[in-house]
Amino acid sequence: MDSFWSVLGGAFALVFALDPDLLEIIGLSMRVTLTAVLFACLIGLPLGAAVGAFRFPGRTLLAVILNALMGLPPVVVGLVVYLLLSASGPLGPLRLLYTPGAMIIAQMIIVMPIVAALTRQVVEDIDREYAEQFASLGVGALDRLLSLLWDARYSLLTVTLAGFGRAVAEVGAVLIVGGNINHVTRVMTTTIALETSKGNLQLALALGVILLLIAFSVNACVMALRASAVRAAYA
Amino acid sequence: MRDAIFDMPAAPSGYRPIARDEMLLEASNLVFEAGGQRLLCGIDVSIRKGARTLVMGPNGAGKSLLLRLLHGLLKPAQGDVLWQGSPLTKQAMRAQAMVFQRPVLLRRSVLANLKFALSVRGLRGAERAEKIDMALTAAGLSHLAKQPARVLSGGEQQRLAVVRALACEPDLLFLDEPTANLDPASTAAIETLVLEANARGVTIVLVTHDSGQAKRLGQDVIFLQDGCVAEAGPASQVLGAPRSEPARAWQDGRLYLGANTRSINDRSRRTF
Repeated sequence: MDSFWSVLGGAFALVFALDPDLLEIIGLSMRVTLTAVLFACLIGLPLGAAVGAFRFPGRTLLAVILNALMGLPPVVVGLVVYLLLSASGPLGPLRLLYTPGAMIIAQMIIVMPIVAALTRQVVEDIDREYAEQFASLGVGALDRLLSLLWDARYSLLTVTLAGFGRAVAEVGAVLIVGGNINHVTRVMTTTIALETSKGNLQLALALGVILLLIAFSVNACVMALRASAVRAAYA
Repeated sequence: MRDAIFDMPAAPSGYRPIARDEMLLEASNLVFEAGGQRLLCGIDVSIRKGARTLVMGPNGAGKSLLLRLLHGLLKPAQGDVLWQGSPLTKQAMRAQAMVFQRPVLLRRSVLANLKFALSVRGLRGAERAEKIDMALTAAGLSHLAKQPARVLSGGEQQRLAVVRALACEPDLLFLDEPTANLDPASTAAIETLVLEANARGVTIVLVTHDSGQAKRLGQDVIFLQDGCVAEAGPASQVLGAPRSEPARAWQDGRLYLGANTRSINDRSRRTF
């Protein structure tokens, strides 16, 4: 086996060579992850805000369920989505199994509870402060929900980041429902798993480095957005 | 029950009786309970239209609670709140506004805070812009309009909260210790805003601990002790010559611990 440093050197060589296969894999990873996070936020943000702001029967139960689902094992999600989408499953006719669409669905199911549960906490804290003022002003339910989400916007960026981090690092579910088919459903994490098992450590490590760099730059961008002095005043 | 606690009747005999149609807000037999404790014990309150009514009393007497019940933020366990003779509805709540001890400002600019409140009232476009402009001028905050509201000083924040409430053109403005955390100049600015609004016909109900402020603003006073009205009437009487022991103790700066007990800071150590 090569030494760690020579593997690392080879990995960087691959990264800088901009290998088309590598770029395809990175592109698909980003497309799947960002789409999944987008849909997870479209559902999770309003859902979490509603559970945080409104009082209704079953609210506590819903909050507990959302919190519990944050720890949902990805392979279980993969299995369930696989069963739903398989030819004999209820969603079989959609013919989504082993497509990026199936991977997006699986990641969305994993990320949505994280976004919803963290949003609930953030919104509940702000609502505790705003509730009386909003009641005094006579703010309607929809206005209230949107205002709370807007006023929590900088905290919710971090929530979205948490969802992104979980989705981009996810391997079990996308492997089951995507199948890791070359040029079709092969993403960074599934490639790392495959190449490592094949002993192709350079490519695996190159992808690992890129994954880290992407995660780092996304976090750095969001933190820069949050950190400016004026923004801090809104938090 | 009340007679056992307080040595004077709650309703002073010299208080001018008021015709019912002069009353903007009335509450009868208001009871509020929380955690098995009775926090308000059947309170009767009348707020005269156009008057400045102070709600006073020591910590824990139920002043803020009373304000929230009168404004409809909390529902009483028993009793009714009547707005111009009819039960308090959402519509009636819109004719009222409230300023809290700690101003609750949105995480937005000064301008956006005013815009939000006026939008809730259905104002748009030029009409809203004009009202925002007037509010900013009244509060002396025009130069800070674009600033995030939460970086303002305490005084500026409270001025914003007051003009935001007044921009909604309420008939009645509740203020819950609006100047408790403010310096004298900021306090004076808030009092000026309150007096100007009152001069325009806005009825004022204000909770305060500040005896100076009470003298400057008070017309009617409701003095609470342990969730009951100890004394109510014109400020000159309740503050000038209090008849009830709790109000007397407050005026002397003594801690009232109940009928026939000594205060822990009772300098004269007299028995009552």
